[in-house]
Amino acid sequence: MSSNAIIFISLSIVLSGISFALDKKKTLEGFKKGWKMFRNVLFPFLNILILVSLLLYFVPPDVISKYLGANSGVLGFAIAAIVGSVTLIPGFISYPIAAGLLQQGASYSVVTTFMTTLMMVGVVTLPLEIRYFGKRAAITRNILNFIAAVIIGLAVGLILGWIS
Amino acid sequence: MDIVKAFFNKYSNYIWITAYVILTLLSFIFGFNPGKEVFNNFTQSFIEMITFMPFLFIIVGLFDVWVPKETIQKHIGQGSGIQGIAWVVLLAMLQAGPLYGAFPVAYILYKKGASFRNIFIYLGAFSSMKIPMLGIEIGYLGVQFSVVRTLVSLPLFIGIGYLMERYLKNRHFEISDGSH
Repeated sequence: MSSNAIIFISLSIVLSGISFALDKKKTLEGFKKGWKMFRNVLFPFLNILILVSLLLYFVPPDVISKYLGANSGVLGFAIAAIVGSVTLIPGFISYPIAAGLLQQGASYSVVTTFMTTLMMVGVVTLPLEIRYFGKRAAITRNILNFIAAVIIGLAVGLILGWIS
Repeated sequence: MDIVKAFFNKYSNYIWITAYVILTLLSFIFGFNPGKEVFNNFTQSFIEMITFMPFLFIIVGLFDVWVPKETIQKHIGQGSGIQGIAWVVLLAMLQAGPLYGAFPVAYILYKKGASFRNIFIYLGAFSSMKIPMLGIEIGYLGVQFSVVRTLVSLPLFIGIGYLMERYLKNRHFEISDGSH
């Protein structure tokens, strides 16, 4: 079991205990809500785990590290930022993919850029965004976020490099 | 054909997992090694997932009942400066779902008199600081990564909020309800 799992297990036990002591009914309601949310993401999640297991098997690490690794340079960022911007992958699903890419030799900078564009830039949803914000604001927001995503990717890579 | 389509839409979640289970069973019966190795990968990532996700959602569920979004929404548009920013970020963190789900909320915030700056900060925080997402991120990429990414991202979201406000000022900008 990973240390992360231990964090979540202990935190959920402590919080449940406190919550239960304060209000039994509310706690059960919370459990119910949590279970519902978990159920909603479970199958999409299983599907993506299958995809990641296939990816780990079929895509050799040297291919990943060549195109998305520390020495991939501008190309790695470009691939990550563009794929992240045009695909519509629910955010929670991007984490196992990100972990798989890192395991296969992608750099933190590139993976962070990919995830950030995925979350903040939406080319596919742009028409919808325009309906709310108008063309000018929607396009400007996406461009600014695209630039921010690359900066975030670079900075996170640098900082994690310093720390470790 | 519509019936077939409806069937696929309804069960699309289960189709992949069913096909995968069948193929894996066949791999084991016929000794197909790639199938076995993929299954090994799958088991590992499944264990990784199942040891933290249920607990994460217990925490998220409790958050949901103890920190009602309505209470926080009341504060939006009131506080100015850092306080106002803190409220929108907090509100964004309590949400769930994809970014386009935040657009209707942006409209509500706009109607309630939130500044353009805070609305765009809300969108930024919504995109990558939602608590359930942070939980999954920590589970997969570690606390250190999550903390660094969040601390780097937040000032940039705030910066984008200021830039958007400046850019849209005097340009007759308004947010609509998305119906046209």
